Amino acid sequence: MNLEKYILASITTNPSKVAPGNGVFYCENTTEMENVATNLEAILDGIAHKIGEEVYIIVKH
Amino acid sequence: MSNFTYPILLGVIVGTILRMYMLRTDYRQYPTYLHGKIIHIALGFIATGLGSVAIPAILNKDYTAVTFLTVAASQFREVRNMERNTLTELDSFEMVPRGKTYIEGIAIAFESRNYLVMFAGLLSTFGYIIYNIWTGILAAIISVIIAKKLMSGGQLKDIVDISYAKPMFDDSGLYVDTIYIMNIGLPERQKEVLKYGMGFILTPKNFNARTTIANLGQRQAILYDVTTALGVYRDSGTPALVPLAKRDLEDGRVAVFVLPQIQNEKKAISIIGAVPTLENAIRMPSKRLEREGEIE
Repeated sequence: MNLEKYILASITTNPSKVAPGNGVFYCENTTEMENVATNLEAILDGIAHKIGEEVYIIVKH
Repeated sequence: MSNFTYPILLGVIVGTILRMYMLRTDYRQYPTYLHGKIIHIALGFIATGLGSVAIPAILNKDYTAVTFLTVAASQFREVRNMERNTLTELDSFEMVPRGKTYIEGIAIAFESRNYLVMFAGLLSTFGYIIYNIWTGILAAIISVIIAKKLMSGGQLKDIVDISYAKPMFDDSGLYVDTIYIMNIGLPERQKEVLKYGMGFILTPKNFNARTTIANLGQRQAILYDVTTALGVYRDSGTPALVPLAKRDLEDGRVAVFVLPQIQNEKKAISIIGAVPTLENAIRMPSKRLEREGEIE
């Protein structure tokens, strides 16, 4: 089976929303979250998607 | 010199010129490099040569010579393979890929054009032999007209109405009109998308068109053509800036979202209108319904 899309990283301001693990980034506030997401988007070559107000995920398409 | 030298010469010349003419028209489909052109003109020359000798061979009672045509057929199938392989290899390096359906369409066109050229050679030689050079030329003109008619497929503007719609965001969801395109999270990207993005709504004129434009290959062809003509605001490492075409499940409309470097609504609409309807994408469900009606 071929995986076409997968989550490369999750960025959140609310640790209770995302279980800890590799590729999970906790941020102090929304601005920091956006900066981290922008950086990771460029580094990982994935798209930053917004899942609610507190969580971003970087997805490889 | 035999009686057939001039007729064959006429056939070969007509066929080769026809092949050149057909190469000229497909600027969107083929990188118009010199070497690519030489390959196709040479193959066209061979094709028309084979077509031209068919009639003289029969008149000379060399019936087996006609089996040469089968050699030609397998030769031109090879042309199709060659085009398909080349374009598929190159496709992964395109900013916006052509897509498999488009590539297959181009490959088929290249194969069939050789047959058209062969047919033109055959017809003009035949015309020359049965009467004189003028009938030969007349036959050549007729074959050119037939080739032109067979060569030009339908265009998108025949089956859909195209209108401009500005892309917009609802929270992080990107919409063109009411059709959801994708989720773009970062405010920075959203700004870029709103600055460079353009949206178009394709409304199918009938039920057949609805199925045709739903084809993913057809949609990719639209994106590719717009990108080739108007450029694209995109680079490797910016996967969020991607042209997409999505479908409204309710009524079969297709929303095309592109990021052209030349922001010209009118031009973009005319380009989308001129996108060929790919023969592998054309569906005619109403034909089936008609036939079922006959059965009942």
